Amino acid sequence: MYKLLRNPGHMELAMFAGIDPQSEGIARAKKLGIPTSYEGIKAILDDPDIRIVFDATSAKAHVRHAKMLREAGKIAIDLTPAARGPYVVPPVNLGAHLDKDNVNLITCGGQATIPLVYAVSRVVPVRYAEIVSTVASRSAGPGTRQNIDEFTFTTAHGLEAIGGAERGKAIIILNPAEPPIIMRNTVYVIPATEEYDEAAIVASVDQMVAEVQQYVPGYRLKDAPVFDRRRTPWGERTVIAMLLEVEGAGDFLPPYSGNLDIMTAAAWRVGELFAQHLLGIRQEVAA
Amino acid sequence: MKALKPPRVTDTTLRDGSHAMRHQFTREQVRAIVSALDEAGVPVIEVTHGDGLGGSSIQYGFSGTSELDLIDEAAKAAKRAKIAALLLPGIGTRKELAAAIERGIKVVRIATQCTEADISEQHFGMAKEMGLETVGFLMMAHMRPPEFLAEQAALMESYGADCVYIVDSAGAMLPDDVRRRVAALKERLSIQVGFHAHNNLGLAIGNTLAAIEEGADQVDGCLRGLGAGAGNAPTELIAAVLDKMGLNPGLDVFKLMDAAEYIVAPIMPYQPIPDRDAITIGYAGVYSTFLLHARHIAAEFGLDPREILVELGRRQAVAGQEDWILDVALDIVRAKRAAEGAGDAREPAAVERPAD
Repeated sequence: MYKLLRNPGHMELAMFAGIDPQSEGIARAKKLGIPTSYEGIKAILDDPDIRIVFDATSAKAHVRHAKMLREAGKIAIDLTPAARGPYVVPPVNLGAHLDKDNVNLITCGGQATIPLVYAVSRVVPVRYAEIVSTVASRSAGPGTRQNIDEFTFTTAHGLEAIGGAERGKAIIILNPAEPPIIMRNTVYVIPATEEYDEAAIVASVDQMVAEVQQYVPGYRLKDAPVFDRRRTPWGERTVIAMLLEVEGAGDFLPPYSGNLDIMTAAAWRVGELFAQHLLGIRQEVAA
Repeated sequence: MKALKPPRVTDTTLRDGSHAMRHQFTREQVRAIVSALDEAGVPVIEVTHGDGLGGSSIQYGFSGTSELDLIDEAAKAAKRAKIAALLLPGIGTRKELAAAIERGIKVVRIATQCTEADISEQHFGMAKEMGLETVGFLMMAHMRPPEFLAEQAALMESYGADCVYIVDSAGAMLPDDVRRRVAALKERLSIQVGFHAHNNLGLAIGNTLAAIEEGADQVDGCLRGLGAGAGNAPTELIAAVLDKMGLNPGLDVFKLMDAAEYIVAPIMPYQPIPDRDAITIGYAGVYSTFLLHARHIAAEFGLDPREILVELGRRQAVAGQEDWILDVALDIVRAKRAAEGAGDAREPAAVERPAD
């Protein structure tokens, strides 16, 4: 919501809907003069001018919403793990899905790490990709906590389906340090062959980081990719390790919660590209 | 003095020891160790990758033999003992748990950072549904005070834990730290309480006794202390000491000594002891499994492992954050280069006593 208000792009924030009239979100939206509803999705379905809907409810609710939104001819951008539509990571594969009526944003860890795996796999085939997302305890809500397995399943699947890895593995760690840590991700990649150009990989990764930075300014590699020899199931191999930090923009949520920021930033980006597509504007970035 | 009762001893040579073995236990080794422990009357034997189910990874080290095959071997070798597996939510999932149950585990120990018990609900739920005995592990328990830990333990109890352990993953606790934590859990919970020691400050046996004196119902050991960091409380030593105290829960002390001497000692890559780097782990309060990873990275960058370990403690790294070792090493190298460039000496990182 705050991202849309700060930078509406080709969108207009037409409604903020929830199910709890006492919710803080609804109170804040009201104060900012945004039309609100606490009758859930009904008010959205009734408004023919609404074309794009961001759904940040729950996987269970989204399964129901997905059908209703489709019937109402609206585009759903799904921030839940429901995954009724294809996975999208804006700089990797969104361009291929602008004709869909429902797309899914995977997980925060997926949005952060899949671009880097893809940046390697477009240079050399990737046998195995593994990511470790470390987020501040305070930025992991009850939804994540009660469904931590879904984070690992969904992210691992995204590393394969979108990142291009033959096999993906995801690990999530909650760190309770005070002051809270900024979201950190470590991306390990083992290419399928040892014959590749390290400089080409570094260049591809740098280019990808710059693309993500267009919509997540706090997205940065702490160091150049590290090429380290490790024991693996495929013998001793070079492992490419990339240490990534995601600092939130601080629009509303505190800067340490880069995990939440990258989801909302990716959602904004997806919404904007859909809006441009609907308006017949040539995409400003080939995705 | 309260009347003490013999604790149940779980042997975790084949899980915590997996760290020291760089996760290369073989089927033959598992068969021999499980048979010997079973024969000596050890009631629970834990067999898993060091970082729990699904731990085989770049981050923690790949298993030489699949842990499921090792569990299978263990379940076949055990006549009386129950086979247990460790699970860290965030690393392993219910999928791996289901596979381990299929291979014959009867106990699952579900471990979280001691502040994050609420990520374990779905795993306890599934384990109870499948009829398993369940143990909760509050890792890095030196980082929080007793009352806080009791709250987290109560969450695990509410999810279905049959026992909750105070886990001194960093081997950073003093006997009094252990007493107060075990006592707080005994007071708060209606289920059993356990304690898992590491020997980084040379206190594994002493701390285990402190826990038993506070009424701990379950304690952990490893043959020859084979475990992460400076290792754990040696199972054969726990047995001998308990026997002398009149608290032997039915362990054959001589058979355990033989298992340690003739089966485990010959296959150990090194004898874990509180050496320079292991003491640093206890002193700085960091995860014991960082030991070998920190040595590997330190050697690569020409650093002293202690510099890395102390900085990890300062950053409040928690269980499973092996990737921060590389990160810290790169930061130290960068800072050193900058200091050389600027011509001034770099301040050493401050050592903080583990927060309490």
